[in-house]
Amino acid sequence: MSSDRLDVLDTHGRPTRVSTRVGEFEPKLLLDGEHDLCPGCGEPVAIRLLLEVIEELGYAQDSIGVIGIGCYTAFTGLIDVDLIQALHGRAPSVATGAKRMRPDKLLFTLQGDGDMVNEGLQEVIHTAARGESVTCVLLNNGVFGETGGHMTATTALGQRTKTSLEGRDADYHGYPIPIAELLVPLGGVSYVARGSVADAKSVVRTKAMLRKAFEAQIAGEGFSLVEILTMCPTGWFIPTADGPGYLDEVLGEVHAAGELVVGGKPVGKGASG
Amino acid sequence: MAHRGCRAMTLVETRGTIRIDSERCKGCELCIPACPPRVLRMSEGRNTRGARVPELLAGCTGCSACLLVCPDFCIEVYQYAEPVMLEAVNASESGSGDNEVTA
Amino acid sequence: MTRTLMEGSEAIATAAVAAGCRFFAGYPMTPFTEVLENFGKRLPAVGGVCINAESEIEAIGMTWGALATGARAATGSTGQGLALMQESLSEITRAELPLVVFHMARGQGDYYQATRGGGHGDYRHIVYAPIDVREAVELTELAFDRADHWRNPVQIYGDYLLAHTSEGVEFTADPFVPVAKDWAVDGSLGGSGRSRNINPIGMQKGSKSIDPESFWKRLQVKHDQIEASEARFESESTEDAELLVVAFGSVARFVRHVVRELRSEGRKVGYARPISLWPFPAEALAAAARGTQRVAVLEQNAGQMIDDVRLSVLGSVPVVGIGGISSDSAGFGMGPLLDTRVIRGRIESALENLEVST
Repeated sequence: MSSDRLDVLDTHGRPTRVSTRVGEFEPKLLLDGEHDLCPGCGEPVAIRLLLEVIEELGYAQDSIGVIGIGCYTAFTGLIDVDLIQALHGRAPSVATGAKRMRPDKLLFTLQGDGDMVNEGLQEVIHTAARGESVTCVLLNNGVFGETGGHMTATTALGQRTKTSLEGRDADYHGYPIPIAELLVPLGGVSYVARGSVADAKSVVRTKAMLRKAFEAQIAGEGFSLVEILTMCPTGWFIPTADGPGYLDEVLGEVHAAGELVVGGKPVGKGASG
Repeated sequence: MAHRGCRAMTLVETRGTIRIDSERCKGCELCIPACPPRVLRMSEGRNTRGARVPELLAGCTGCSACLLVCPDFCIEVYQYAEPVMLEAVNASESGSGDNEVTA
Repeated sequence: MTRTLMEGSEAIATAAVAAGCRFFAGYPMTPFTEVLENFGKRLPAVGGVCINAESEIEAIGMTWGALATGARAATGSTGQGLALMQESLSEITRAELPLVVFHMARGQGDYYQATRGGGHGDYRHIVYAPIDVREAVELTELAFDRADHWRNPVQIYGDYLLAHTSEGVEFTADPFVPVAKDWAVDGSLGGSGRSRNINPIGMQKGSKSIDPESFWKRLQVKHDQIEASEARFESESTEDAELLVVAFGSVARFVRHVVRELRSEGRKVGYARPISLWPFPAEALAAAARGTQRVAVLEQNAGQMIDDVRLSVLGSVPVVGIGGISSDSAGFGMGPLLDTRVIRGRIESALENLEVST
């Protein structure tokens, strides 16, 4: 790499001027920041937020994560938090058993849309209705990324996948499931929100949602879920740079960002339903 | 392409900088539009992965927006103790047409 | 120690709690339902948790989570419910979690399911088939011990009779001492660089890749060790027997009774019972069969254990089936075969003809 043009600044080393580091390469709770997920993938961005919140809440040494099956599973070797690998869709039940035996620990799941909304839909709904004191984190990109771009239960209408080549058609493929809205009327639910990692502002908002969800768990208020819309340019068959725009226009159209349940009470859009 | 002899010289206030682990970068370009002062652009050259990587121009505010959207953990952000005035790139080359510090 | 009259399902739950079981999750289904009920009664009193799960799949998932934290935990169902759990039953073996499964089957038609498994990949469960409630109590205690020792699932394979027969039972007075589990996750190792990952795919912390072949081979070595050391077997009157009758579980109780009766009448018949269905006590059974003219397998199914009996004697003596499918009108396995007169008739025929029709 050469940057011999005078107007390009040297970014290889630490700055020589007096300065304060305000942001580090990878979160502290990652053993290594080098990973094999695709260029432009939104999942590592969401994982950063999750790990930063655990660290900032002071729960690094009091947390157990239950990990689903998807591209993000590649991070289980890198996340420096005690983990239990669950089978596809089963994470909320596994988290339930762990939390009941370790009620003093922060319990979270990390699942994709294929994991949570396809294979394990009943698990997340039952866990929410039981009011289990766990936080489920959904990385929703509307596609099975790991298998190479197939339709999931959250795939947006019109979204092209390898099993909806002309775009998801309601008459033929049925409608996407907005999982966050589905949980709103359940009694055991304390906090539900949907964020996104499409841009920096959304990232900051989503981090605040994760914090609120964990705080609800710590306060013993019941079940919490944070759904995070993430880019999958590989599975969306688009250039990486187009990922955030596609997320907002296609996925965001069905799965609108915002808080749906706060303090056990429906708020915003979810309340009207 | 501009060169030193024929472009307008502008100085812009620069309040921070970033460090880029260019070998980790996969060239997704998500940091480019994320930068509020628009002082990131993609390089012409490539890293050993074969990816073009971002490069930084004068005017960084140290706001961390690029870091927040980076999936590959290849950006570290610093804020200067004192702002400095750095020579800016010609406006037409910087992409956004606006070097104003907004953050 | 005092003897208490107790129904099988209650005795099993009591023995499990005495063995330190602190978590149970299950979904009601006859004839397993009362096992769940009894855990529900007993666990809260000792600070444990029993969840009436929304499905069998969720029941075993919850148990998985409890086990991963180091707790002694169990689930259970009938063969039908266990069929739903098969993905977890195979993968939890690879995650090396000490699961105990209480299988109250509808008859003996789930022998293949219990010993071969309906799940995917190479995996094995230790399977104990108690003959009566007293032995179910002993094997329940043993199941938790062996599960922890091997970090491998153990199944107690019973049936309607076992779950619903009341017998006098005794429980060990020794209080359970929790076993230190240096592999479990308690959430305390985050940020230390030594955090753990309980997983069925051989994923190691600090690594981005897995090595399934060496991981699975290591499990195979463990299963070979279990096979070589954990077989359990019971036999009677085999020395000069011309006919050896093999049975397991509740059915064996009828067979043993009939063989004793026939022996007292001078008939040259012996009795053999695999207590562990896996590992199958092949050597002990082959030794018991030595010198006999025929081995008759009396099982309440279309003929499943007979495969293992044949693999044990390896053609040295003819093996015939003298049991068969037998059920009540509800399909719970309480069929007309469960009658000493019927079983006596089958064994006498085998003795007289040394040629059997089922």
